[in-house]
Amino acid sequence: MMRSLSITPAKCTGCLQCEMACSFEKEGVFNPARSRIKVFLFEHEGRNVPYTCTQCADAWCKNACPTEAIQINAVTGAKEVINSLCVGCKVCTIACPFGTVNYSHATGKVIKCDLCGGDPACAKACPTEAITFIDADWTGYQKMRGWAERTDTQSSAQA
Amino acid sequence: MRYAIIGAGPTGVVAAETLRREDAQAEIVVVGGEPEPAYSRMAIPYLLAGQIEEAGTYLRHSPDHFDALGIKCVRDWVKGVDSNTRRLSLHSGETLAFDRLLVASGSHPVKPPVSGLDQPAIHHCWTLQDARDIAHYAAAGSRVVLMGAGFIGSIIMEALARRQVKLTVIEMGDRMVPRMMDQTAGNLIKRWCIAQGVDVRTSTEIRRVVPDPSGASRYLVQTAQGGEIAADLIVVATGVRPNVEFLAGSGIEIRQGVVVDEYLQSSAVGIYAAGDVCEGFDWNTGKHSVHAIQPVAVETGRLAALNMSGCKVRYQGSLGMNVLDSLGLISTSYGLWQGADGGEAAQLLDEANYRYIKLQFDGRRLVGAITLGFTEHVGVLRGLIQSRIDLGDWKARLTRDPSRVMEAYLATIQ
Repeated sequence: MMRSLSITPAKCTGCLQCEMACSFEKEGVFNPARSRIKVFLFEHEGRNVPYTCTQCADAWCKNACPTEAIQINAVTGAKEVINSLCVGCKVCTIACPFGTVNYSHATGKVIKCDLCGGDPACAKACPTEAITFIDADWTGYQKMRGWAERTDTQSSAQA
Repeated sequence: MRYAIIGAGPTGVVAAETLRREDAQAEIVVVGGEPEPAYSRMAIPYLLAGQIEEAGTYLRHSPDHFDALGIKCVRDWVKGVDSNTRRLSLHSGETLAFDRLLVASGSHPVKPPVSGLDQPAIHHCWTLQDARDIAHYAAAGSRVVLMGAGFIGSIIMEALARRQVKLTVIEMGDRMVPRMMDQTAGNLIKRWCIAQGVDVRTSTEIRRVVPDPSGASRYLVQTAQGGEIAADLIVVATGVRPNVEFLAGSGIEIRQGVVVDEYLQSSAVGIYAAGDVCEGFDWNTGKHSVHAIQPVAVETGRLAALNMSGCKVRYQGSLGMNVLDSLGLISTSYGLWQGADGGEAAQLLDEANYRYIKLQFDGRRLVGAITLGFTEHVGVLRGLIQSRIDLGDWKARLTRDPSRVMEAYLATIQ
């Protein structure tokens, strides 16, 4: 059974442990600015929303890539950037309508969530279970896929 | 069922793969004339910059990729299409029968009406062969004149600069990337490039290219403004046009490109078009236009293939979008970046730090955007535009601070 990240914003306290864990796991530094998951703080509403790649079934980033540099990990289902193939053209960063693929000046490549190979550091670090790693069928990400189906030219073809 | 695809670029390749997924039995033939494995023109600047080898431009990296999928690749140019007898005539003299056809023949670069451009060491930067030719002449220290600072020109500029050439960029428009960036952004990019050591001249028109009588350089490039620039290599990047010449006499309706309906079918039943050559619906305006960009190339390639296979999918139209890296300054533009009729705009400008965001609204919807100096979450602009979401009171918040697009997205869509 494929598993995916499930995010429940109501449980998020905005502690940013997920960003720290992600940046340390992926970049070797405790630096939220280099995290692939990002917590958006809505101070007026008192709401915090952790946000990262949904690993969409029919991935916009992967489809847009001109050099086959975004590939599906057969075990985790994650869409992963293959650094040796990425030329840094950034087309995926504008094609992803969720804004979850970013360009890194430091490496000249794009970066995105890869589910840490099947054991995501953000979920392990979250103290309030706002981020959990569960069976894909149960995730709130269906909502976002729903968005894609509503508006999008590519996902509508799956119907 | 026999499917033929004209063109082995991203559109043709994605279409062939999609057809195979939909129909395990069909015969699928891709016809492309270039003597290379299927490759991505988009990757060429990175080859020129020395960041990748030629193989890094290939669209698919497994050498038996197409064989394994049972996709036949024919190396030939298409000379003509007979919509009635359903046959392609090829340059080699062969013909190829098809039941359904996808025209994915792409586009070609055009030369401006400037005398002296048909000489050696004057090249477009379009094919792998062009890249080899340019690499031959663009040694460190050589004088290079780049004609055109549009989207493609600007990407090539970055590659040439990395080769340590002495670079002059000539653009007729009054700013850099005039078809993707407004005055503010286009001029900021120009200022940035000049600060990086590239001689950028806008509002400048090239009159002719003549041999350098002194012999100190290969050519002198003469401008209408009276300037004379020495050049050992001239790279021409002054626009592209759809490859439709071979369709003359086919009866297929052509304006700028092959006119297609919402299913990407041309005026001839069973003949579809996708990618740079196709003139389909513009997502923003609903009018026909050619959007020669990578995301549209692969989206239309995939959807045309689905429709060809009998799985009817309506195409909602192409959204113009671009991302550009000009010597480290990254810019994007989306949709109606010039603004909608009767719409409103909001902007944030920090000239000293080369940061700029301009948002274009139509009512409470986002319809276009430009960013400069941002690399975080820029894709969400597409999400906000293409979901046609009513921003509600987030429109006012974005008007005060346009950088909060990600929050606006989460607050309105999630």
